[in-house]
Amino acid sequence: MINFTYSRAGDVADAVRQIADDPAARLVAGGTNLIDLMKEGVARPSRLVDITHLPLKIIEETREGGLRIGALVPNSDLAHHPQVEARYPLLASAILAGASAQLRNMASTGGNLLQRTRCMYFYDTSTPCNKRAPGSGCSAIEGINRMHAILGASPHCIATHPSDMCVALAALEARVLATGSAGERRIAFADFHRLPGDRPEIDTSLRQDEIITAIELPPQGFAGNYSYLKLRDRLSYAFALVSVAVGLQLEGETITQARLALGGVAHKPWRDAEAEGRLNGARVDRESFAAAADIVLRQARGFGHNDFKIELARRTIMRALTQAARSTPQSQSDKRIR
Amino acid sequence: MAQPASRRRTWTQAHPLPARIPVTLHVNGVERRLELAPWTTLLDALRLHLDLTGTKKGCDHGQCGACTVLVDGRRINSCLTLAVMKDGAQIVTVEGLARGDVLHALQQAFIEHDAFQCGYCTPGQICSAVGLIAEGRARSADDIRELMSGNICRCGAYPKIVAAIEQVIAAGGSEKAGGVA
Repeated sequence: MINFTYSRAGDVADAVRQIADDPAARLVAGGTNLIDLMKEGVARPSRLVDITHLPLKIIEETREGGLRIGALVPNSDLAHHPQVEARYPLLASAILAGASAQLRNMASTGGNLLQRTRCMYFYDTSTPCNKRAPGSGCSAIEGINRMHAILGASPHCIATHPSDMCVALAALEARVLATGSAGERRIAFADFHRLPGDRPEIDTSLRQDEIITAIELPPQGFAGNYSYLKLRDRLSYAFALVSVAVGLQLEGETITQARLALGGVAHKPWRDAEAEGRLNGARVDRESFAAAADIVLRQARGFGHNDFKIELARRTIMRALTQAARSTPQSQSDKRIR
Repeated sequence: MAQPASRRRTWTQAHPLPARIPVTLHVNGVERRLELAPWTTLLDALRLHLDLTGTKKGCDHGQCGACTVLVDGRRINSCLTLAVMKDGAQIVTVEGLARGDVLHALQQAFIEHDAFQCGYCTPGQICSAVGLIAEGRARSADDIRELMSGNICRCGAYPKIVAAIEQVIAAGGSEKAGGVA
């Protein structure tokens, strides 16, 4: 790691002040991704501002009947919170599908949103990468791109967002609360992460002087019919090739509300309003599921090694929808896919 | 072309080392006061500054679990943890599990089940299993396999590691396991 200084933030305003004063400073909470990136020489902050002592560790009910999750709640505490287990099992399941027990004990809710791609070229400082060194080129497009994006990529970057938790948060239409020099604002989850376009070095819409203080979940948690199905190269502790979060509201055999989000396929958790629209009002059957999958993947494009992901995504969407409709969500312990 | 020495600005001059930071860690019940550079990981603080070399450095990137220790009762990867961020914390390492000559139930079970070959991952496996039992969520061998997936064993002792942990859980878990963490 390079030389850096360390300070603690006394309160949220102090944290904002410290990063506003020094654009090369970074906030640190769990550190599971940032410390690793610093060891690799990918992240080179001048200062780390430790926010772990801030009072952002509370999970509480919102006035509208949803949940507000403090940005410093560890991933493991969030997954096992009684309200999350009972009302938002899709979120609990997605969290438990990611990382290891140790990392989930360390990683914070806010930090999970801000983790960076695990594209190996982003990590390898000896290779060009537009995300790490803007303008240097993308090594993955013509390189080894088995893990890379099939949706929403650009000629400048085909990296994927690595989070599982964020795929569920996208499906649940969470909101991100952020505080900066200009005050507090709420960011819709769909607007938080961005597509690479010609600025792949920018992952999110969070401003340089802003800190995430909480995530808010709306009341609808799809606890009756949901599934988080993650496909990867080994059964545990690996990033997704494709993952699918589904939440359904059913009336008999009719879908009245559908949420569908994909992980491992794009620069952000991927939702498709048209595909969800195809499911809304449709019957629970293979034909509806196949039609929705076709819509999601109509613009999908592979880059060679990852061509298989398009068919894998189609099958994963259909299986996850089937699991959700049958109320048989994917177990994150017994890995058999039913 | 070389500049005169007086005009050359070295990296160290441009980036003077920050002052060392006082840190107090309570390691295996003993208060230890250190002065550390901000980039010293908890793993390096334990191994290099406190001479507690039971905790192993495997990948140093949070991928192998060899560095697992318990901080305030929870298992974490000490290689991705800055020691200065754990000022005042209670740390338990593999050295803190036995009570004198009486091994922790998990240590005993690992021996009885021959749950290691080279032994390099074992301190991390055992500390991780202490954390797993304290969490109290493992109900089956599938659960143990999933919840221990952050600990890699390249010798492939997994079936015996799972058997050793199952035995300790069946015998009553942490209460009868020495009561640590």
